[in-house]
Amino acid sequence: MKNSIAERIADFLQGYPPFNMLSHRALLQIATEVTITYLEKGDTIFKKDDIEHDNFYIVRDGAINLYYSSDDVKEITNIHDIGDVFGLRPLITKEPYKLTATANEESIVYGIPITVFQSVTDYNTQIHKYLITAFASNAFDPYTAEEAGEIFGDYLPNKSQDMANFQTANYTRSPITCSMESSLKKAAKKMSDHKIGCIVVVDDTKKPVGIITNSDIKNKIATGLFPIETPVTNIMSSPVMTSKKGLTIADGQLQMIKHSIGHLCITKDGTVNSKLIGVLTHHDVLVTLGNSPTVILKEINRAKRTKKLRAARLKGNSLLKSYIEQNIPLSHIINIISQINDAVIIRAVELALKKMPTEPPVAFSWLALGSQGRKEQLLFTDQDNALVFEDVPENRYAETQAYFLELAKLVTTSLNKIGFEYCEADMMANNPEWCKSLTEWKTQFKNWILKPDEKAVLLSSIFFDYNLVYGNESLVNDLTDTIFTTLEKTNLFYKFLGREAIKSPSPLGFFKQFLVEQNGDKKELFNIKSRALMTLIDAARLLILSKQIKGVNNTYKRFEKLAELEPNNKELYESCSYAFKALSKFKTKQGLLRNNSGKFIDLKTLTKEEKLKLRRCFKPIHEIQEILKIRFDLKNFA
Amino acid sequence: MILKWFRKSKKDYPNFWMDYISHFKNVEKSLIENTRFVAFDTETTGFDKKNDRILSIGAVTFVGKSIHVNNSLELYLEQEVFNPETVKIHGLMKKGSLQKVTELEAIKIFLAYIKNAVLIAHHANFDKNMINEMLLRHGLGKLKNKFIDTGYLFNQSKHVIYRENLKDHYSLDDLCKELNVPKVDRHTANGDALITAIVFLKILSRLDKRKKLQWDYLLS
Repeated sequence: MKNSIAERIADFLQGYPPFNMLSHRALLQIATEVTITYLEKGDTIFKKDDIEHDNFYIVRDGAINLYYSSDDVKEITNIHDIGDVFGLRPLITKEPYKLTATANEESIVYGIPITVFQSVTDYNTQIHKYLITAFASNAFDPYTAEEAGEIFGDYLPNKSQDMANFQTANYTRSPITCSMESSLKKAAKKMSDHKIGCIVVVDDTKKPVGIITNSDIKNKIATGLFPIETPVTNIMSSPVMTSKKGLTIADGQLQMIKHSIGHLCITKDGTVNSKLIGVLTHHDVLVTLGNSPTVILKEINRAKRTKKLRAARLKGNSLLKSYIEQNIPLSHIINIISQINDAVIIRAVELALKKMPTEPPVAFSWLALGSQGRKEQLLFTDQDNALVFEDVPENRYAETQAYFLELAKLVTTSLNKIGFEYCEADMMANNPEWCKSLTEWKTQFKNWILKPDEKAVLLSSIFFDYNLVYGNESLVNDLTDTIFTTLEKTNLFYKFLGREAIKSPSPLGFFKQFLVEQNGDKKELFNIKSRALMTLIDAARLLILSKQIKGVNNTYKRFEKLAELEPNNKELYESCSYAFKALSKFKTKQGLLRNNSGKFIDLKTLTKEEKLKLRRCFKPIHEIQEILKIRFDLKNFA
Repeated sequence: MILKWFRKSKKDYPNFWMDYISHFKNVEKSLIENTRFVAFDTETTGFDKKNDRILSIGAVTFVGKSIHVNNSLELYLEQEVFNPETVKIHGLMKKGSLQKVTELEAIKIFLAYIKNAVLIAHHANFDKNMINEMLLRHGLGKLKNKFIDTGYLFNQSKHVIYRENLKDHYSLDDLCKELNVPKVDRHTANGDALITAIVFLKILSRLDKRKKLQWDYLLS
């Protein structure tokens, strides 16, 4: 009987190894028995120590994380994307799983029944060899094989405790090159266009003959030794050091130290006499080994695919973890992490722009909202963003908006892949409501301010904390000016915001016990965000808006600014600033522990000292609410 | 009224119908995650339930979040009614090379397949009416299953601040776009059934996050 679903699955499988080695008939046989599973972010496919499944898996959509987990560590060993196979252990041995597989984002996986697969492929040794290699390398990516066949290179990684050192070096594929005839000026132009520090000189058959780095240019051109129009062959370092692909990080580093060089050329057969396929730089080595903000930022700025961005942002997370453990001041951590987040977004927008068929029709600005806009986002949370574009004549409005919606869709999709979950309330730039021209935005904000209602207040807590991340600055300044002029006309809006800020429930009950959630799966947990942080955030926003201060977005900085402006309340504002930082740290620690947003705190996990500290933080919350009540005359308003 | 009641005594119904009915006796309410769902779709000659006919029925079954491909249904029906207008949508011709079954045969297979599962379809009323009309033509009763309409459910899943400007009609294509469901095999009955199933699971996960997941809520 006809089965259209099986046919489509077979078509999909055909595109990926090892299935691309099978006949269509064999694929159809497999496809008919496939199990399609839909996974939400965080759903588990199998856990460490689970008995083996009857299936192995291929990712159809989304991405799957593989974790190595013991009691307290949870370490991502690999992330599998569309077309990658995983969960191969039952194919090789009948043992329980050693890793845990969970969905990195909303995903669909196909379960391939092992008995069917084996009966169809029994005599195909090629396929078995492939799967064993894939299983053993545990870090494989079908795209690594530029040409079919190469993937069977008998590469098996060293089994070593020090995983990082013995990972295959992740070199730059298809590096930027220039011909032997080109001038140095031309080569330098190429380097600066691609934001790279070195360029390989190749002959007609693409064999590497020399290499030019930034320091060559500095030492030989800038000093006047050679004119800028000199041929590259005069300047280049030659011959180059070469290696085969599949070398480990440790090998790469060793060779660099041995020859005191910063770049290794990867060629097809590992000698200078074959085609250049990549370059491994000292920087690449550091990226794999290192975990410093500068290295991460560089890696972000050079990322060419979302996957690379995701890897870089994940490193940011382990950086955050070590910072928190080392007790580095939170203001410093916030600065660094928000810089990394901004860089990720900027790069995501840049990559999306490249994917668009045309240049943007007019200038635009990409705004981060909410916690990202306040630059307070430490862990991965929801993405809230918006887009403003320059005014266009009415007859061009629809097409202009359509362009930016498409762009925004690309950006939000890749941000989601990186780890920023979609905003549940759809406050994202790919929503037509939040992707508008400057004038439309001005009208929107005026409406919110002059005709406040419940909805306006709900949205204002997100939208009034916007921050330019990418694009045109004057558009945003123009918008900000309008908002502040409008604010001068009314007091009602402040009252609405004030009511919101005092309405959040107090964190402590009548007997000074913590108020915990009463029902749902968060029962008995303490919601640190809604019960403590939100009040501080709301109060800071309201006070800073009422003082007409622009450009201070951080809650703790807002309080510092307020302390400056109102010396008589200095002490209170300073303790609010401190409380905010301390509470954020609590939240971050919990989030790292549980791999979530850290909103809900299990009081049982806190020490007595920590509980005391938390209580101390609550005192200024109560006091600031009292100040708001008086200042904005909220007594009879609520 | 009484006469009408007796007009067709139980004995007159064929065995396959009695089998189908028997699945609805003594059913206990089960948890959503243990419930058997069948997502289905029909391709028809048009939108008139009296005059138009079903050309194909596709369906997939799932419990939890997994769908077994070999447990899907894809039926093509022999029909005398034919409308060249709709051929460009579903690509089903009057005399195609596909293996076809009679309407009665299709009913037997479909009823045996769905049993007492909760049925899911996009704009479910249309498919429900088309099938009920077909059952009526063969002297059978109406479908007894509970129905879920993904079109209605999607509306419910939207955040409250957007409720006021919802469209009245969301096509399956709209939903695919909003929910990022790959549109593979759109307009073959079982391709659409699979898409409907995935759309349903995605909406369910949205609703689940907001703790609204209860039976009364799902059943429109």
